[in-house]
Amino acid sequence: MIYNKKVLEHFTNPRNAGELKDPDAIGKVGNIVCGDVLWIYIKVKKDKDGKEVIDDIKFKTFGCVAAIATSSITTELVKGKTIEEALKITEKEIIEGLGGLPKAKVHCSLLAVRALREAIYQYLKKSGREIPEWLEKEHERIEKQTDAVEKRLC
Amino acid sequence: MKRVYLDNAATTPLDEAVLEAMLPFFREKYGNASSIHEMGREAREAIEKTREIIAKRLNAEPNEIVFTSGGTEANNLAIKGIALANKDKGKHIITQVTEHACVLNACRWLEKLGYEVTYLPVDKYGMVKIEELEKAVRKDTILVSIMHANNEIGTIQPIQEIAKICREHGIYFHTDACQSFCKEPLDMKKMEIDLITINAHKLHGPKGVGALVIKEGTKITPLLHGGGHEFGLRSGTENVPGIVGFGKAVEIMNSQVVEKIRKLRDGLTDRILKEIENVRLNGHPEKRLCSIANFSFLGIEGESLVLRLDSKGIYCSTASACSSKKLEPSHVLKALNLKPEEIQGAVRFSLGKQNSVEEIDYAVDVLKEEVANLRKISPYQP
Repeated sequence: MIYNKKVLEHFTNPRNAGELKDPDAIGKVGNIVCGDVLWIYIKVKKDKDGKEVIDDIKFKTFGCVAAIATSSITTELVKGKTIEEALKITEKEIIEGLGGLPKAKVHCSLLAVRALREAIYQYLKKSGREIPEWLEKEHERIEKQTDAVEKRLC
Repeated sequence: MKRVYLDNAATTPLDEAVLEAMLPFFREKYGNASSIHEMGREAREAIEKTREIIAKRLNAEPNEIVFTSGGTEANNLAIKGIALANKDKGKHIITQVTEHACVLNACRWLEKLGYEVTYLPVDKYGMVKIEELEKAVRKDTILVSIMHANNEIGTIQPIQEIAKICREHGIYFHTDACQSFCKEPLDMKKMEIDLITINAHKLHGPKGVGALVIKEGTKITPLLHGGGHEFGLRSGTENVPGIVGFGKAVEIMNSQVVEKIRKLRDGLTDRILKEIENVRLNGHPEKRLCSIANFSFLGIEGESLVLRLDSKGIYCSTASACSSKKLEPSHVLKALNLKPEEIQGAVRFSLGKQNSVEEIDYAVDVLKEEVANLRKISPYQP
């Protein structure tokens, strides 16, 4: 597996790695049996226009080089963005942000997107907000997968 | 940056003396060993000298050594060559699940041709179960192929015992000794082995040269047809510099070198097990090749650890899911019945004679740091 320099740079010096104290929400995805586990912590704040923005974000990842690099770039891309904007982040943008991923590792970007969306889902749910149907569905799918992991690890 | 190479099971650096021995055969002694003139004769002589060195080391006869392009070719020749030549006797082969891919895939290819293959399981140390082997033997079994020492975990198989069972049943026994050659005792006659695969680049020799040692009288078909080189078993102009280097590399590998490697490996193992928590040593605790130490670092993924070490100039390997192009977990570790997180967190360190105590100390210091760094950002705490 040959990674490009940007991927290796994010992997060696990951941005926003670690735990966030008092997060507003955590998105947990992945499954150790399949390979990668990714947790994204977010803190949300209202900006001067009253829009909710991702004020702080951190991640914890168990996984390969691509999993750590995609986690890093995702947090970097999203930090300071509004929730609406963050929900629109795509795998394509993550891969482009890293200057490409080996074909076999493209799925890692999906994991990062899912973790981010799950964190936002948890935030919206916690604050009693309306959740788009597609996000609800995505959450259900993630819940099925993470259930087994939670039982094992926590 | 300091560079510490701990991936000697993948390949080893060429010994300076080996290079020196090879150079004349690139420069002035470039003759074809099949030519009848002086320059052909000197190339021929050089090849025969290596044949004798290897024969002596394995207690075999020089005319039993067939040079190939390496271990993969030798294993293919052994398995396909025996299978094709003995199909009138039977079409059943026995091997084990932890063999190198070239053995497994040669067997799978034969299955497509109508052969049957039994893949024996191994125990938690990677050791083949002798009673399973005895159970698997059939009237139409023509070949048993069990490697000497495993390339991922280093477990050494009881090949003498296996050879004895094969002898009793009149079955050919082949062993892939690419990792163990010159490191573990290997005696063709005493151990009654029919075929042994060896190569040069795992013992500080050049890449691109290996051999299949074939007991005289063995019924085997060549895979490469041509001018009838190598007793008709491997046509193609001989890799003279490579073969010369192979001979030199074998001459240099003695028991002191082996003990040096073992001592370094044991030092590395002791420090890792003592100074890092939640680590598991994979493979057999004692019956293990002197050069290999495979660990599972719980809470982190092997590829990540390998590339963090890489960023600090330490080169080792993983056999875990992410290291291979296939994204498949290591078939060897899977066969040991390890937990998924133990398979994911596996990293192999393999040592060579060029390594030093200082290098090992530096490597372990960095390893400790990087294991801690990766565990810090992992949601999975062992």
